[in-house]
Amino acid sequence: MLLAQMAPTLSVAAPPTVKAKKGSVATVTFKAVLPPGFHANSNTPTDEYLIPLTLKWTGGPLQADGITYPKASQEKYSFSDKPLSVVTGEFSISTKFKVPAGAPAGPSAENGTLRYQACNDRMCFAPKTVPVTVSLNIE
Amino acid sequence: MRSNLRLAGIISVAILLGLVACSPAPPTRAVVKEESQRHTAPDFALKDANGKMVHLADYKGKVVVLDFWATWCNPCMVEIPWFQEFQRKYKDRGFEVLGVSMDDDGWKAINPFVAKRKLNYRVVLGDDKTGDQYGGLEALPTTFVIDRNGRIASTHVGLPLAGKKEFEDAIQKLLEAPTLPPGDGAIRSDAARPDGSNAERRGSAHG
Repeated sequence: MLLAQMAPTLSVAAPPTVKAKKGSVATVTFKAVLPPGFHANSNTPTDEYLIPLTLKWTGGPLQADGITYPKASQEKYSFSDKPLSVVTGEFSISTKFKVPAGAPAGPSAENGTLRYQACNDRMCFAPKTVPVTVSLNIE
Repeated sequence: MRSNLRLAGIISVAILLGLVACSPAPPTRAVVKEESQRHTAPDFALKDANGKMVHLADYKGKVVVLDFWATWCNPCMVEIPWFQEFQRKYKDRGFEVLGVSMDDDGWKAINPFVAKRKLNYRVVLGDDKTGDQYGGLEALPTTFVIDRNGRIASTHVGLPLAGKKEFEDAIQKLLEAPTLPPGDGAIRSDAARPDGSNAERRGSAHG
């Protein structure tokens, strides 16, 4: 009997409701947390085969105008000769949104997905995609 | 008073058990099971890069390292040169490595990798069904060392603690073992689990 190796779950905290005026620019930041002992590739992994951290906004009234990923750390693991570009523990991802002048006023939501692929120092886990939702109140 | 103490004791034990259950167990070295403890490796039919269907049953009579891996799995990259070496070293003694890639992007991802690494053993493209047959494959690499009778002798999840030696010791032991008479062991085609458990354990690792 081998150990039960459960894939780590990336916890994503929903940001507070964003109040945005039509025609303005809003920056939304949310936090994500990986359990201790695990890492995920950064958005710019060191190897072409590795799966990057990727945030995609898929639906909502806003227009994404740039994503700022967390600063990656260069970590050395026993399975790799060279340091890897990874994120660990708690990290933040920010997105700058344009609020179109024609956006509908009132409450709405911007939806997206965050894809990550996690490992520990002995094994890797299948890539996962988690939903990300930002509540909006457009004025 | 006495009942309060008893209750406190029960709660303490429950908390302790909870903490133990939540703590990651230390990794252990995979061992080669005694023959009586081995279960038949589930058969599968998966395609190789040329589109040829490969059945695990085709390998009966050989010692097989069945390696579930993916191009995005860095620890898998450590093992691949070991397997290439084993393939060269033991092929003539009735040994084969069979790689099962679990890449979602299929051959588009696998082919350039196989060419770059000059893999000297066969690779097939895995699927969820096969993954489920082999315990859900929660983590990669997951490698099974299968004896000449098609039975799983050892299961290795993640990089082995003893490194390459852990695999090589298992391979050598199995290569030296006599085979069972016909009919006493067979790679089966049902969905039974490699560890002999039922499908209710889906999603957990195994061994």
